[in-house]
Amino acid sequence: MASSILMPALSPTMTEGTLARWIKKEGDQVSSGDVLAEIETDKATMELEAIEDGVLGRILVHDGAEHVAVNTPIGVLLEEGEDASAADTVNLAEGGDDKTAPASETSSSSAPTAPVAAPSPVAEPEWGETEEITVREALRDAMGAEMRRDGDVFLLGEEVAQYQGAYKVSQGLLDEFGSKRVIDMPITEHGFTGMATGAALTGLKPIVEFMTMNFSLQAVDHIINSAAKTRYMSGGQMACPIVFRGPNGAAARVGAQHSQCFASWYAHIPGLKVVAPWSSADAKGLLRAAIRDPNPVVVLENEILYGQKFPCPVADDFVLPIGKARIEREGSDVTLVAFSIMVGVALEAAEELSKQGIEAEVINLRSLRPLDTETIVNSVKKTNRIVSVEEGWPAAGIGAEICTVAVEQAFDWLDAPPSRVCGLDIPLPYAANLEKLALPKPEWVVDAVRKQLGD
Amino acid sequence: MGVTADAPIPQNGPALSQEEMERAYREMLLVRRFEERAGQLYGMGEIGGFCHLYIGQEAVVVGIGLAMKEGDPSITSYRDHGQMLVAGMTARGVMAELTGRSGGYSHGKGGSMHMFSREKEFYGGHGIVGAQVSLGTGLAFASAYRNEDRVSIVYMGEGASSQGQTFESFNLAALHKLPCLYVIENNRYGMGTAIERASASKDLSKNAAPWGIPSRKVDGMDVAAVYLAAQEALEHCRSGKGPFLLEMETYRYRGHSMSDPAKYRQRSEVDEMRRTRDPIETLKAEMTKHGIDDAFFKAVDADVKAVVKDAADFAVTSPEPDESELWTDVLVGE
Ligand SMILES: Cc1ncc(C[n+]2csc(CCOP(=O)(O)OP(=O)(O)O)c2C)c(N)n1
Ligand SMILES: [Mg+2]
Repeated sequence: MASSILMPALSPTMTEGTLARWIKKEGDQVSSGDVLAEIETDKATMELEAIEDGVLGRILVHDGAEHVAVNTPIGVLLEEGEDASAADTVNLAEGGDDKTAPASETSSSSAPTAPVAAPSPVAEPEWGETEEITVREALRDAMGAEMRRDGDVFLLGEEVAQYQGAYKVSQGLLDEFGSKRVIDMPITEHGFTGMATGAALTGLKPIVEFMTMNFSLQAVDHIINSAAKTRYMSGGQMACPIVFRGPNGAAARVGAQHSQCFASWYAHIPGLKVVAPWSSADAKGLLRAAIRDPNPVVVLENEILYGQKFPCPVADDFVLPIGKARIEREGSDVTLVAFSIMVGVALEAAEELSKQGIEAEVINLRSLRPLDTETIVNSVKKTNRIVSVEEGWPAAGIGAEICTVAVEQAFDWLDAPPSRVCGLDIPLPYAANLEKLALPKPEWVVDAVRKQLGD
Repeated sequence: MGVTADAPIPQNGPALSQEEMERAYREMLLVRRFEERAGQLYGMGEIGGFCHLYIGQEAVVVGIGLAMKEGDPSITSYRDHGQMLVAGMTARGVMAELTGRSGGYSHGKGGSMHMFSREKEFYGGHGIVGAQVSLGTGLAFASAYRNEDRVSIVYMGEGASSQGQTFESFNLAALHKLPCLYVIENNRYGMGTAIERASASKDLSKNAAPWGIPSRKVDGMDVAAVYLAAQEALEHCRSGKGPFLLEMETYRYRGHSMSDPAKYRQRSEVDEMRRTRDPIETLKAEMTKHGIDDAFFKAVDADVKAVVKDAADFAVTSPEPDESELWTDVLVGE
């Protein structure tokens, strides 16, 4: 019986894609495993393989079609010997005859749980002209610029070179800088992090990419015991100019071992600096600063943000200071403090609060260690209320630190006890419905603010 | 000790009896069809996140499964669906975990990479490359501690075989003579990195030699060869002589996970493998030579198709986990 070929979801974050081209033509015989078409996803060009034997009866979506939603019928597969007219019998509206695929609530679950269209900030006014680029491009440009500037800077990690980065952050760097400076590593995080740290002790400036920060746990001993402490233990003789970077926090439906925030882990450690960019400007400016910094710096990126676009200064020498927060939105009634992807959540909450007559000031921390307590405290003195927003767990988290800063340094200005919005205190579940319930959303922030206001 | 990697395994008669061949064929086909279906459900958005298919490697887990004894524990990486099916876990329960539903082995809380079965002595599905190697050594430690006649089977990719904890585990297992069968599934790639670019050791089967752990390199596309080698290795472990290492030369047909465009290898390499060394086709040809007729294959095909369809139907209709599941299972006793 004829069946439809559907636009497939080919990555955890894909909701639509481009049908680059058909490899098979109408009337072609196909066997299971044959490549039918090339599909461009949000990250790469993928091959769509036939799952069953048959004949490509009809092409419904043609070469070059963009924004084809996942599950749209793109062609019709006929069983061998079946007449081409059988293609007409396929019920396209329901995605073909595959009765095992009732459209369930979860069919949209491959979309990221975080807001897609975060409000754009005004880019750095003092840096002049900007262009819209993705966070992914901003990170790549930052590494490229610093590698051009300084021959001691090099990048190593798993899949950073030939594969162009597991998340395509290092795209093009191998071509430009060659395999001496863009170096693929085997899956040996403890070993290669120790090796890079050793090289940094001699003055080289390695950038260590962890495919995700989850895997930095394999190497955490070198980050903390070797990189962070050597300066101190050597009485200031040694320095360790190294960057540890990679995506941090929850991605989309990758389960408990791959979805967690290490902000409070690393921010706890004297001898480290820790930054957590949100926008493209943050990403470019902070990563450049991290590479130039003579100390070990942990850069906590976010996979869901990689594909988002923000305005970013084009100036060649654009760089941001580590340790300085940015006020993304001014307000008079409450201070929302967030970092990384939660800045978008806080801004969305601020929009909603504004509709309710409450003006929130949103602080993008940018740097977690050192923490810009001055900006936080000054804001609290103005708004008299503070809510911290983070994706990580509550216990001993960044929010605990923010609340303590407010209590210790602005107690007399507070009209309500500071509060925290955090991810639920559980390992992140895989199931789509549970995952959605576990991560902070704008409504949680709105609720926390209203609670402080006595609602 | 008499076991060297180079001497052929002594063999009298055919490697597999007719009954074993039939079982091997059925199990390999089940894994293949299950995985194809999982890929399809992923494409439809029913499965999310990472999903690593076992297609191409079926002979490894099925051959070892034939040689294992009831009660032998096993553990592997995130490429775990085949291991679970061969351990006797139900296709329904595994598929429903892939779709994140309450009927899944972890009630939807683990997903493709994280599933377990106490009953079937399957200790997971681990997302951190190499973690299962020391954990699996611990399973063997427990068997030795309790004087149980069990050998733990520890699967790892050739990529994982370079992790530091793999070598630490080899040392521990040899030192304590633990009943542990290490199986390197050398499918030539760890994500986009070919083995030659990741390991200076050109013969992974020799990687445990410094600790005196005997080993063999095996054609992992041939289920009979896998079975013979596993039998010998398991016997060694069971007799109290300590660990054994098998390097399985195998191949994965699909990308590393669903989102891998697989640009690091030629399409022709995959096609050639499929055409000339496919484990299912190889066994089928062998069985045909032994006079097993088409009716058998047809019946198994139909049966497997039905099992997989039933699993998929169950997996997309089983309800999502109840919201109360969010807070359960964090700690024992709460
Ligand atoms: C510690 C750690 N580092 C990196 C990763 C990301 N990663 C997942 S699978 C994989 C490749 C593993 O290759 P191999 O061990 O050969 O197993 P295969 O996927 O081929 O079965 C990598 C690098 C991870 N999950 N854990
Ligand atoms: Mg591999």
